[in-house]
Amino acid sequence: MTELRRTPLFDAHVAAGARLVPFAGWEMPVQYEGVGTEHLAVRSGCGVFDVSHMGEVETSGPGAADLLQRLLSNDVSKIDVGGAQYSVLCREDGGVLDDLFTYRLSDDRYLTVTNASNHQRDLEWFRKHAADFDCEVEDRLADWAMLAVQGPDARGIVEGLAAGELPRRFRTASIDVAGAECLVCGTGYTGEDGVEILCPPEHANALWKAVVDAGAMPAGLGARDTLRMEVCFHLYGNDLSEDRNPIEAGLGWCCKEETGFIGSDPIAQARAAGTAQKLAPFVLPERGIARQDNPVIDIDGEPVGVVTSGTHSPSLGYGIGMAYVRADLTEPGTALEIDVRGKHRAARIESRPLYDPANPK
Amino acid sequence: MAAEESYPEDLKYHPEHDWARIDGDVATFGITWYAQNSLGEVVFYEPPEIGATVSKDEVYAEVESVKAVSDVYAPLSGEVVEVNEGAGDSPEVLNEDPYGEGWLAKVKLSDPSEVDDLMDAATYRDSL
Repeated sequence: MTELRRTPLFDAHVAAGARLVPFAGWEMPVQYEGVGTEHLAVRSGCGVFDVSHMGEVETSGPGAADLLQRLLSNDVSKIDVGGAQYSVLCREDGGVLDDLFTYRLSDDRYLTVTNASNHQRDLEWFRKHAADFDCEVEDRLADWAMLAVQGPDARGIVEGLAAGELPRRFRTASIDVAGAECLVCGTGYTGEDGVEILCPPEHANALWKAVVDAGAMPAGLGARDTLRMEVCFHLYGNDLSEDRNPIEAGLGWCCKEETGFIGSDPIAQARAAGTAQKLAPFVLPERGIARQDNPVIDIDGEPVGVVTSGTHSPSLGYGIGMAYVRADLTEPGTALEIDVRGKHRAARIESRPLYDPANPK
Repeated sequence: MAAEESYPEDLKYHPEHDWARIDGDVATFGITWYAQNSLGEVVFYEPPEIGATVSKDEVYAEVESVKAVSDVYAPLSGEVVEVNEGAGDSPEVLNEDPYGEGWLAKVKLSDPSEVDDLMDAATYRDSL
């Protein structure tokens, strides 16, 4: 076991009473006050997450756009300077290696944010394929800390600290925030409005303190997970893996096979033929909390799928999750059961999102 | 609000962080402050069936926080005679009042001498 890495905010987390756990090789705060409390703070006000464990890969040079078009599933030519785009990174067979946001910083400079658990593999994949393109691939993980400020009050809080106008949703801009130049991105993983701020690591503590002093509640990876599940955002390692293609994961919308990206042929085939299973959101309307790997069974008791993410929804007050389920059973309203440690719990397929921040139930 | 850390003197403690309040041949079971604090906000508790037999050191229920499931061990053996439906409906009482409103089950003891195996508050506190 190698030593766990720590973000520049480690001491601030300890001082704030965080419970720290190993996550993807990092020692990260899973909660401070409590998962439910932090979750609801993000839904009703503002929370701040340290996501400095996430990696960054910078691709630059005349061939940068062509390399990214080859690697990423979305149409990279559609990202203008200051734009952001979600995509998946796939193997030749269409299996998903990672899901990522790419920001276009200037004409021929792009920054791609990776999942911590996949960063090294992504970097090697980028470098292996970069040889055929006139561009440079740089590991920028150590050069950026990252804070996600999320919730209905998030923009107001960051605006009060920023020297310029914040970028709109799915845009990015370089702005002075709390005294240092940061890359501010109108993105997030909670379904709420807000920004993700990439900052120099030596600025992370000043920025964190400024955001917290302005009213953001420190929130941990526990709340990050429950928030993303309510809005059905995928988590790599749970809902996405090398064994699943983006079509069955419901990510066909970010795959533009006509660009010829690696994996586009099998993905086009899967899109045309349909897949045996599909990722579907579900609720447990009566009792119980489903967890990853719980079997999904139909009303006759036959196995028809597996849960990949499951939790108790702090906003809704009952069990929710996502599962790969036989495709003909994924219509919203379909009644199924989930085997939760031997107890069969009534489940129902729902439409995305399970919780809509714009229209709270 | 979460309760302040405490381990009442009148209870007996099991190493799996369960407590028992003995009243003649009936004992009330629950989880300790330490257990609820480790678990975090409790969001689900399903009481055992009335009439079910529970055995000392064996799992008789589960409690869940948002992130994790935790087994609840019986500190003593016997038959379940009453369960806390209120804790099933409002599981947060396990955090707010783990020795009061957050009790889990009452059990008619089949072997009251098992109580001798449990720890007093000071011993349990030292074990943490």
